[in-house]
Amino acid sequence: MKSCVLMAYVPDTASVIKVAAAGNRIEEADIKWIVSPYDEYALEEAIRLKEAKGAPVTVLTYGPERAQQGLRECLARGADAAVHVKGGEGTFGDALAIAKVLAAAVRKSGPFDIIFAGIQGVGSDNALVGAMVAELLDVPHVTGVVKLEIGDGAITAHREIEGGTEVVTAPLPCVVTAQKGLNEPRYPSLKGIMAAKKVAIQAFVPADLGVDEGALAGAGATCRWKALALPPAKSGGVILKGEEDPAAAARELARLLREQAKAI
Amino acid sequence: MPAASLDLFAIEELLSDEERMVRDTVRNWVRERVLPHIEAWAWEERFPRELVPEMAGLNLFGATLKEYGLPGLTNVAYGLVMQELERGDSGLRSFVSVQSALVMHPIMTWGSQEQKDRWIPRLAAGEAVGCFGLTEPDFGSNPGAMRTRAFRDGDGWVLGGEKAWITNGSIADVAVVWARDDDGVVRGFLVERGAPGFTAVDHKGKYSLRAAVTSQLVLADCRVPESSRLPGAAGLKCPLGCLTQARYGIAWGALGSALATFHAALDYAKTRVQFGGRPIASHQIIQERLVWMANEITKAQLMVWRLGRLKDEGKATFVQVSQAKRNSCWVARECARLAREIHGANGIVNEFPIMRHMMNIESVYTYEGTHDMHTLILGEHLTGIPAFMPPIESRE
Repeated sequence: MKSCVLMAYVPDTASVIKVAAAGNRIEEADIKWIVSPYDEYALEEAIRLKEAKGAPVTVLTYGPERAQQGLRECLARGADAAVHVKGGEGTFGDALAIAKVLAAAVRKSGPFDIIFAGIQGVGSDNALVGAMVAELLDVPHVTGVVKLEIGDGAITAHREIEGGTEVVTAPLPCVVTAQKGLNEPRYPSLKGIMAAKKVAIQAFVPADLGVDEGALAGAGATCRWKALALPPAKSGGVILKGEEDPAAAARELARLLREQAKAI
Repeated sequence: MPAASLDLFAIEELLSDEERMVRDTVRNWVRERVLPHIEAWAWEERFPRELVPEMAGLNLFGATLKEYGLPGLTNVAYGLVMQELERGDSGLRSFVSVQSALVMHPIMTWGSQEQKDRWIPRLAAGEAVGCFGLTEPDFGSNPGAMRTRAFRDGDGWVLGGEKAWITNGSIADVAVVWARDDDGVVRGFLVERGAPGFTAVDHKGKYSLRAAVTSQLVLADCRVPESSRLPGAAGLKCPLGCLTQARYGIAWGALGSALATFHAALDYAKTRVQFGGRPIASHQIIQERLVWMANEITKAQLMVWRLGRLKDEGKATFVQVSQAKRNSCWVARECARLAREIHGANGIVNEFPIMRHMMNIESVYTYEGTHDMHTLILGEHLTGIPAFMPPIESRE
């Protein structure tokens, strides 16, 4: 049994995001990059599978040079091999283009019995890539998984749906995307960090996989980022003084919720 | 650095990818597992023993060693571990310092193969806790005058004496005890928990390092076998060598405390509004304090980084370690004071980390060689004249 984890290296969720001069990208200077938190759940599940059934873990990413550091972090946590498809500047945020590159990389590095990914990358938050990779590979997928049992040739997965939990079975191989709650990711060990630097990372460019990245970024693009804007700054809020006439303050609060916030 | 722009001298670039990853791993662990609870632990005067297995899982114990499958960190990476632990709390850093530099280091350096096989894996796994017994109630800065004695007794030894201010003392499974033998030679012994005549009693009423255990060790005709003696250790230079290892870690650790109080003060100054609706960070006196802290922290970071690289090259000297320990502890102590001033009255309550760090650093400033003793070590280095024992007039 072998598993694969699709990993995105994304801005730290605590980063202060600024729009770059070009207007359709974020300013990358001063950004600290991290393994996308949902991918940490995916990796943890793969490592647990390795611990339970001896399934070696390959981590795969598509991104610029810096993404190699994310692969090292995954190796430090216990992944066995890493594949880096270098590129992604032109296809940023285009889920189908990214899925095409990743599916080609999975074919090249596989076969794998199970492919894990985060439910979404916290970079552009599309939540499409995992399912698209599965379609391109022509295997089933289960998204947003919070509990997973891996049996012989099939999985049973619990996924969150509105107002409840859906229990799904699927044959292997398949794609599983991890939701918060699936597990508690481990910290890398210092020994793992020191060992990770000795692992050779297999590097490709999309052309090595038979993918024309230029076409995906140009005529074949399914998504273009026209402009980015920061959310409007939060106002200071309104404080209703209710000490003297609580009933009047409550009426005013109800009026504001109904008329201004349109919440009730 | 929470805000990279504070790293004016691009110290970040002086670190390898692995060193940064080690630092960030320990920083994240401290942020998630220590910081939410540390004020309560310090208040309750409780060492969080339940964290020991987690620390072992991260490989925090004996992290510079390569033997027994240990990580073999660079000295800079080890220093960064100390920095991040002490950004959490000096007590936690002290625990790891003692386990690594004062227990595993002497066993690896002077221990027999049997002693190494017995203790190193258990200490690394956190299954055993160690402590280091050199300081005595009456002999702190002058350990050479120790009263603890080791008498030959048949095929073993009988130890007699008292040790004081011993981190981890009462929770230790093994104590590295230093004692003078019949020939006046200082020897090291591994005294195990439960050895006859060996007891540990905690120091009461500490205002500092409250989240760490600090004990007195009593050795009352404590009989230990010859196999418990560290065969390679002879002379005061051995325990002093251990202290050089530990002081190196403290030089980094204290900067973690300084970073904690500095960042708390910076955050507070930017959000605390006073006089005309402006944050106090807009006041010149507040800015002067923040600049002082950032400036001294940067200088100290460059000093410990250089020391770490020298140590990796095998070129670090105990004089350099003294200078770095002395400087970092002083910077941290001053930062705690300035941060307290910036926090105003809020600086005294445990809603903020300032007072805890301020009280902790008083211990760190004093233990492992007081600030004054390191001044004298540097003074001797500069002048060639040891000022430890000034001549005294005969009183006869």
